[in-house]
Amino acid sequence: MRGVLIDAVPSTNGAGPAVQAAPAFDAELRWRRARSVALRPEPFGALVYHFGNRKLSFLKSKTLVAVVEALGEHPSAEATLTACGVPDAQRGAYVKALADLARSQMIERRDTP
Amino acid sequence: MTAVLPERPARPTGGRLIDQFEYGLDAPICLTWELTYACNLACVHCLSSSGRRDPRELSTAEAEAVIDELQRMQVFYVNVGGGEPTVRPDFWHLLDYAIGHDVGVKFSTNGVKLDKRRAAQLAATDYVDVQISLDGATAEVNDRVRGAGSFATATRALENLAEAGMEDFKVSVVVTRENAGQLDQFKALTDSFGAQLRITRLRPSGRGADVWDQLHPTQAQQRELYTWLLANGDDVLTGDSFFHLSAFGEALPGLNLCGAGRVVCLIDPVGDVYACPFAIHENFLAGNVRDEGGFQRVWQSSELFADLRSPQTGGACTKCAHFDACRGGCMAAKFFTGLPLDGPDPECVQGYGETALAARDLELIAPRSHVDHSHTGPVRGQPTLLGMPALPPAKACDESPLAGLDLR
Repeated sequence: MRGVLIDAVPSTNGAGPAVQAAPAFDAELRWRRARSVALRPEPFGALVYHFGNRKLSFLKSKTLVAVVEALGEHPSAEATLTACGVPDAQRGAYVKALADLARSQMIERRDTP
Repeated sequence: MTAVLPERPARPTGGRLIDQFEYGLDAPICLTWELTYACNLACVHCLSSSGRRDPRELSTAEAEAVIDELQRMQVFYVNVGGGEPTVRPDFWHLLDYAIGHDVGVKFSTNGVKLDKRRAAQLAATDYVDVQISLDGATAEVNDRVRGAGSFATATRALENLAEAGMEDFKVSVVVTRENAGQLDQFKALTDSFGAQLRITRLRPSGRGADVWDQLHPTQAQQRELYTWLLANGDDVLTGDSFFHLSAFGEALPGLNLCGAGRVVCLIDPVGDVYACPFAIHENFLAGNVRDEGGFQRVWQSSELFADLRSPQTGGACTKCAHFDACRGGCMAAKFFTGLPLDGPDPECVQGYGETALAARDLELIAPRSHVDHSHTGPVRGQPTLLGMPALPPAKACDESPLAGLDLR
């Protein structure tokens, strides 16, 4: 998977066990960085790693890194984008990037406010 | 080195990830850590010339300190190898210690210690991946390079893992001229254990240099391998080691770039840090984890790694139409065959490698590693690829009726 904001690495280095499919992404809901995911800042953005399914993704924008880190503090993904100052013109690309991260289980739904 | 160094180019903003990787990362993505040079086997192509334990090997406490550092640097997993890592008495402790400190472990083994009890323990452990090495889909092909009995040891370990309910363990194969025709057999064997196949490239590193001419796949086999990978690549792991094949046309999945010192490095059993697991040579030695500042300082500040972290701008390959596909191939393969690092890979699929090998100066002696822990005496189940080891005659007269006789 190769995008403007994210690259996911194909599993030639050894993907781990598959986990059950994640629900579709809804930007109106509460999200957070998944609990089994670690995020490592890098000069180009960040590297995210899922300890469960051994997937590795690369966030290629520092703003996206800030969004992923702040998801857990806002009432919705949409609100997070606003709080992180994502320009209107780029919102679509960011929502798509978050949807990709949800699909690969790098971010997950949360129930608590 | 000269006092005046050319200024290093600055990292671009945005763009392709592969271009970002050329400038290196704050911590490696793929770190190989060889825990010991000791090994029960004496494989003819061992990349690290392993056999005997090095007395300067990192102690348990020192190894724990390295793990603490990897945790701080957020190195999410390490590829543990050797030698045979499981012959270290503290191997199982270090495995637990790493996992307990958010450093996942993927280890390679010949299976010698994977009895039913250990297999059950591994199956019950999260964040551990196991790779069993096998270099032939049949005992005949495998044991010629890995030693008599090694196929049986590996398949027993595979049985134990399967029986214990271990998921996603791997069978790890180095593709050689002798097993290149067995890829479908490897796949079938791996499937029969519910495991996953991983195939990697033979490098002329360590003892691999001695057998590379004899064992590296022919051009025709490389073409078949490429076709096979395009057809089966989704289910087969490669560690991105065949990126030189991308110059055949379609890019293979994964990172098509030499990651040495950029996203990859090696910590050897005595703590020396090399640019890549296939580059155990003083030219690629960046420092030691025992030095002040530890591994982090070596990774982030060593002069050698800084030099490796710039895009290749010169050399014959940059003018080739396929340069963007293969990026000049494998640094270690070029180095240990005596080819220039900015020239073609010795197995360049466009044929430039063969030309370059043929054009080598006849006087040239390819560089050899200064590190060699090969067994010095006979080893049980010695590989037979290089012929049977010469045994000393039992009695002097078995050799010559006049041997040892003083006829004065």
